[in-house]
Amino acid sequence: MRRWNWERVVSILLISPAVVATAIFVYGFIAWTAYASLTKWNKLLPDFTFVGLSNYRTLFANQRFRIDLRNTVVFTLVFLVACLIIGFVLAFLLDQRVKGEGIFRGIYLFPMSISFIVTGVVWRWLLNPGSPQLGSTGVNLLFDKLGLGFLKTGWYTDPKIGIIAVAIAATWQMSGYTMAMFLAGLRAIPDELREAARVDGASEMQIVRRIIMPLLRPVTLSAVIVLGHISLKIYDLIVSMTGPGIGFATDVPAYYMWDTTFRGNHFARGAAIAIILLFMVAVLIVPYLTWSTRSEAEL
Amino acid sequence: MTATTRDQPRTTRRPFRWQRVLLYAILIASALAFLMPVYVLLITGMKSFAEVSLQSMWDLPKGVHFESYAKAWFGSEEEGFRGLNVNFMNSVYLTFPATIISAMWGSINGYILAKWKFRGSEVLFPLLLFGMFIPYQSILIPLVQTLQKINIFGIRFYGSIPGLILAHVVYGIPITTLIFRNYYANIPTELVEASRIDGANIFSIYRYVLFPLSIPGFVVVMIWQFTSIWNDFLFAATITSNPATQPVTVGLNNLAGSYIVEWNVQMAGALLTALPTLLVYIFLGRYFMRGLMAGSLKG
Repeated sequence: MRRWNWERVVSILLISPAVVATAIFVYGFIAWTAYASLTKWNKLLPDFTFVGLSNYRTLFANQRFRIDLRNTVVFTLVFLVACLIIGFVLAFLLDQRVKGEGIFRGIYLFPMSISFIVTGVVWRWLLNPGSPQLGSTGVNLLFDKLGLGFLKTGWYTDPKIGIIAVAIAATWQMSGYTMAMFLAGLRAIPDELREAARVDGASEMQIVRRIIMPLLRPVTLSAVIVLGHISLKIYDLIVSMTGPGIGFATDVPAYYMWDTTFRGNHFARGAAIAIILLFMVAVLIVPYLTWSTRSEAEL
Repeated sequence: MTATTRDQPRTTRRPFRWQRVLLYAILIASALAFLMPVYVLLITGMKSFAEVSLQSMWDLPKGVHFESYAKAWFGSEEEGFRGLNVNFMNSVYLTFPATIISAMWGSINGYILAKWKFRGSEVLFPLLLFGMFIPYQSILIPLVQTLQKINIFGIRFYGSIPGLILAHVVYGIPITTLIFRNYYANIPTELVEASRIDGANIFSIYRYVLFPLSIPGFVVVMIWQFTSIWNDFLFAATITSNPATQPVTVGLNNLAGSYIVEWNVQMAGALLTALPTLLVYIFLGRYFMRGLMAGSLKG
């Protein structure tokens, strides 16, 4: 530790606006929201009468919120698994000395640069199932033309699979990103390792399973964290693609929060949903943050 | 990860020919699947109003028409919907200042955290980073309440572009600080030490040593912030409720949510909204990639 002088004071002064802003806008506001979630503030004018956990109890007994939690689980599973598989396969294939690699990479990754709102608007049309009177539209029409009519479904209008239709659009947007992460991970594996395994008589399949996959574990973890927290927070895509849907088929906690807070003026209930969301994200993020900043310090 | 990343494809033994065919077949089929929504977006936007029908949505347009774009941009008085022109310009007035301010701020934070470490800075860093993962729902209620109360020199922050700039700058602190800190950490400390011996102080080291080397860092951060601010919907929809001050993502969502607006106008609007970030991606894709990797923390 260097001794104190005017420059150390200046350095603290320079970082302090960011520290103060974060203290207020992140931690202070979270504390405020957490407190609001324990109050009676379920009308337009603030009412900070303390009511304990009653907003949370109401929520967990609430049919809509239960459907939302189920939707989040289904969405997260479909989205995560699809992104990881597509991302890994594409990255693995692209790593095989492919001509035009840059072009392929660019095509897989570009959806990432687009707003979820744009994605939602386009996919809402693509996955519009059509109606018996008008005939099939969108992807269903394409299935008809390709002779794959048996694949037709109601997409986001079907309460059973509605949320999966949204996950498909999200996968279109984020699987290229997963590919990029895996590709960076693959490029970091030294060739010598594979060569050595080949010399020892390992098959290509064994190399993938025994060498590549274990070495990609840290990258996979990063991808799971990034994708997982996106899926817990997913909101824009729901707004522009489907809204809450029939029987809340495509509703999620983030949407319910906005809806009940800013349309319904149930501020305390909205705050409670927000805190539950934050808790779910924190369970995912805090260990990861601790792990990655610590391992960085060790380097 | 950075140190060992290869830009060159790896040198593997060349697999059998049919495997190569299969490899390219999968890569090309995936590329077509990724481009499918873009195909629909482009052809639908170019069709004339007479030509748009659900049955022919996959067919190429008979000619190139720009009426849909004109209508999406200017709106239509007789049909009663607003165009995106005002919203698009709002996004411009929002994105440019917010991007520049948050890049400058992030650069200073990164400089201090990388080159002026102090007791506790290793703890402070993950505490700052946490802000980029939180679901913004958990700060939205206090943010709105606070913005409604702030009034500096007569500038209103709730419902206005300055309010949105403030939100994006503050919640941009973690990612901009992270990218700059990692960037400056890679600049040898010897350089800083040498200039100290030459009599440079905390300001002149930044001004004459670090800042001139920061251009690539600024490019990465500015692309990242530009994309995420342009694409944001949650802050935009919460902080601005007057259509005259809303950014383009909200404008597009209103346009697409209106049942009187034809599909071709919606698609034209979607493309107009996506265009700025798409262009950034196409021309500065390399840097975009680096920003993404930084977003995954272990870049």
